[in-house]
Amino acid sequence: MSRQGGRGTESKKMYWYLPFISPSASLQLMNSELFTLTYGALVTQLCKDYENDDDVNKQLDKMGYNIGVRLIEDFLARSNVGRCHDFRETADVIAKIAFKMYLGITPSITNWSPGGDEFSLILENNPLVDFVELPDNHSTLIYSNLLCGVLRGALEMVQMAVDVKFVQDTLKGDSVTEIRMKFIRRIEDNLPAGEECCPFPFPWRLPMLSFQL
Amino acid sequence: MTIHNLYIFDRGGSCLFYSEWHRRRAPGIPQEEEFKLMFGMLFSLRSFVNKMSPTDMKDGFVSFHTSRYRLHYLETPSGLRLALNTDLGVASARDALQHIYSNLFVELVVKNPLCPPRAPVQSVLFRQRLDAFVRSLPYFGPKNPNS
Repeated sequence: MSRQGGRGTESKKMYWYLPFISPSASLQLMNSELFTLTYGALVTQLCKDYENDDDVNKQLDKMGYNIGVRLIEDFLARSNVGRCHDFRETADVIAKIAFKMYLGITPSITNWSPGGDEFSLILENNPLVDFVELPDNHSTLIYSNLLCGVLRGALEMVQMAVDVKFVQDTLKGDSVTEIRMKFIRRIEDNLPAGEECCPFPFPWRLPMLSFQL
Repeated sequence: MTIHNLYIFDRGGSCLFYSEWHRRRAPGIPQEEEFKLMFGMLFSLRSFVNKMSPTDMKDGFVSFHTSRYRLHYLETPSGLRLALNTDLGVASARDALQHIYSNLFVELVVKNPLCPPRAPVQSVLFRQRLDAFVRSLPYFGPKNPNS
C-alpha cells in the first residue's frame, strides 16, 4: 500500500508541547514519518485481520472513538479553552487549536449549512497519508477514518453528539480532503435519581434539578 | 493553614477518587452516602449559581466557605469535578486544582491505557504523586491548633 518516499525529502518534525502550566515544560520533537508509518502499519494490519473494507472502516472509527474520549481531557488540560457557546466556536477551536496541536495542520472551515449545524473541514495536506496510495482492491477503504472517530469521541465527552464523515479524500483522486461535521444534538447529563443523590430531604433540590443547564 | 481532603467526581456522579490529609471530624454516614451527598450538593449549587447569577457568568461556582473551612471547586468542560476542602487561610486553590487536573490526572490517569475511563482511580502512582504535590503546597502546614 505504501510507495517509497523521495530520498531527498526532509522529515518534518511535529512539535508536541508539554502542558503550558508546567514550569519545566520543554519541546518534545517527534519525527512525522514515524507517525505516518505507524498509522500505515496499523491500517495494513487491520486490512489483513478483517477481510472487507467496511469492517476496517468501522474498526478504525471505534479505535478513534476510544482515542477521542481520552484525547479531549489532554486537550482541555493543555489548551485551557473553556466551554464553547455554539457550534461555530466549536468549529474554530477544532480547526485552529486542536488540529494544530495534534497534527500540526490548520484546516479551513467552509460550507456552513444555513441552519449553522453542519460545516466542512478542508485539509490541504493530511499527515496521515504522506506516503500512501490506495490499491484498487481497497477502493472503499476510508484510510483516515480514525480521525472521524476521534472527533466524534472527543465531542461526545463535551456533551455534543456529532456525525463526522469524509466526503472528499486525496487518496481517491480528489484535490483536497474534506471532512463533514454535523451537529446532531446536545447530550444531557444523566444523573442519579434525586433520592440517591441526597438522603436528606432538601425541599429546594427537586425544583433545581429541573433547571435547564 | 491546612488542606483537609479532595474529591474527584465524574459527570455521572460517581466518585472517582477521594483522599484526605487532615480531617478531624467524621461525618457519621457511610462513605458511599457521603460521596452522593457531596455530589448532589455540588451539582445543585452549580445549577443554582448558573440560574440565579445577577451578572454574566464567567466561571460559575468557584468556592464556598463556612466559619471553619473553604471548599474550592473546579469543573472541566468534559464533566470532571474536583472539590478541595481547605481551611480559611487559603483564598483560592484554583491553580492547585488546575495543576492536579492537567498535570496529574490527565497525565497519569487519562493517558494510562490500563485505567478505564470514568472508573474509580486505582493508580498508585497517581495517589503518590498527588500526595507529594499536596504536601508541597505552601499552604499545607501543620494543623492549626486554633481552628
